[in-house]
Amino acid sequence: MSMGYGKDMRWLCGLLVLLVIAPPLLGNNYYLTVLTMCCLNAMIAVGLSLLVGHAGQISLGHAGFYGLAAYTTAVLSATLGVPVGLSMLAGVGVSAGVAALVGLPALKLKGHYLAMATLGFGVILSILFNETVELTGGPSGFTDIPRLALFGFEFTSDLAVYYFIILILGLVIWLSFNILHSRVGRALRALHTSEKAAQAMGIDIARYKLFIFVISAAFAGLAGVLYAHYLTFIAPASFGFLFSVQLIVMVVLGGMTSIPGSIVGAFFLTVLPEFLRAFESIEILLFGGILVLCMMFLPDGLAGGFDRLWRWVWRMLYVRRDKDQDTGEDTGEKTDQAGGGDHG
Amino acid sequence: MDLPSLLQYLITGLTVGATYGLTALGFTIIFNTTGIINFAQGEFVMLGGMMSVFFMRALGLPEPLAIVLAVVCATLLGAVVERLAIRPVRDGSPINLIIITIGISILIRGAAMLLWGKDTFALPAFSGSEPLSFFGAALMPQTLWVLAISLLILAGLKTFFSRSIHGKAMLACSYDPKAAALVGIGVDRMVLLSFMISALVGAVGGAILAPITLTSFDVGVMLGLKGFAACILGGLGNPFGAAAGGLILGVLESLGAGLISSAYKDALAFVILLVLLFVRPSGLFGQKDGKRV
Repeated sequence: MSMGYGKDMRWLCGLLVLLVIAPPLLGNNYYLTVLTMCCLNAMIAVGLSLLVGHAGQISLGHAGFYGLAAYTTAVLSATLGVPVGLSMLAGVGVSAGVAALVGLPALKLKGHYLAMATLGFGVILSILFNETVELTGGPSGFTDIPRLALFGFEFTSDLAVYYFIILILGLVIWLSFNILHSRVGRALRALHTSEKAAQAMGIDIARYKLFIFVISAAFAGLAGVLYAHYLTFIAPASFGFLFSVQLIVMVVLGGMTSIPGSIVGAFFLTVLPEFLRAFESIEILLFGGILVLCMMFLPDGLAGGFDRLWRWVWRMLYVRRDKDQDTGEDTGEKTDQAGGGDHG
Repeated sequence: MDLPSLLQYLITGLTVGATYGLTALGFTIIFNTTGIINFAQGEFVMLGGMMSVFFMRALGLPEPLAIVLAVVCATLLGAVVERLAIRPVRDGSPINLIIITIGISILIRGAAMLLWGKDTFALPAFSGSEPLSFFGAALMPQTLWVLAISLLILAGLKTFFSRSIHGKAMLACSYDPKAAALVGIGVDRMVLLSFMISALVGAVGGAILAPITLTSFDVGVMLGLKGFAACILGGLGNPFGAAAGGLILGVLESLGAGLISSAYKDALAFVILLVLLFVRPSGLFGQKDGKRV
């Protein structure tokens, strides 16, 4: 689904405005935490949407990249005393570097085999986080990670961290839109439609796949380092197989080929459990049920569902205005579009 | 390393591997008729064990009867899942169907947690727990049960697919659903059947393994992962590759646990799997049909 660049940018501005004005409206600190988590998950989902929705490659190991970056920056800054800015860069770098190393052989695999390879990679990392106790603190977690601080400025309040995170999220989305509207984006679309045809046109498939894989791992890494310095505590449970699956679900549920969709999916799936907490014990049943029903009745994701709803509302309004004006100039096409035309 | 301990690891590996193989068979049967990976497969394995425990404790049934009832219930649940959640959207894209199966696995796991809590349960061994001596290695009677029942199921499936009309029809669907429909095979019914069979196979695996490894509401996740890994190891879509893949994975894991460290046994199995995938991209027994770019 390719929108125009201008429309994409307007969408991004709208989102950022909403995110900027949200905290005072929410009021409560707990909501701010949830919103921050939404933004971090959205960061990973955007990268994954490039990979899954646009390059057509699946990854069931992205929680691994997320965790790898988080642990790298934690160990560097807390254990070795490296300044936070540098350790964060290193964390993102390690995620991207490992993605390049793993991606080189893994992206030669297709479909379910690639899913298995990335899944295996994620499981291996998750076991390492659990078992290298002297380095990571093991299952009970890594505590006392320094708070976010850059160029001598320490982000002491959660609100400041939140604003920094939406700045980064904005950059990530902006970069993704730019990638999609560039030569790379066109190559990816060709690749997704038919790898053979793309190859015949002289597109270096392997290079583009690897590029997107590394980019998406870097986005996950960014989210990981921010998460570590935001919460100042990380545990392996946050970076396991189930989170990888949840990330894929965010992307597919949001609408695979749409970046706004993946963001909506990430927000939806992060907020839903918090909202369902009111139902206590049957929370998990509702979560599973909603997931199944959404996928059954919104095959093109939440974005596709909104899109259809929006078009329907727009058509209703249009038909009504049509009838009000009734000047008879150039309305033929539009009344046709209204179909039954008996909404009024 | 001496022979008895090597033998011991081999026995342990084969026992666990047999269950992985059964789980993998479940994956393969559904994959062949529908082209989707059923992420709820591990939950049927969990249900096999948990429901057996439940029927024994709550209803006071003797163990064999409890297991049979558990397997029947799981099979019916497989049918319900297909009818309610898969059939209405059969024509959807595979990734959507896969996400639906993920949702179903969350549902089943959640329901199991609500019904039976988060405790770990043990099913009594089928025939005593006095280990037999086998060339110096200890052989639990349950191991023999696991291997015998797994072989029986494998033989049963083999007969079903090569001898019975339903089995042949299912095979036809896996080759080409459209062509199968053209020669008068009810593809819908075959898909339903494939969900039932794989739920059955999974539940049997769960029930026979429960006396050895204990069971709880969340064992399905790891078992499902291992089953999927076994499928890929053997070459996706090949039932006997899946069974063999399960056994190989089980043995590798057990050797890894014994020779290197038990903490890293799962990691080792996956490392070997990754290396193997990079060398042979379509599994050990998969066809080399251009799975590689």
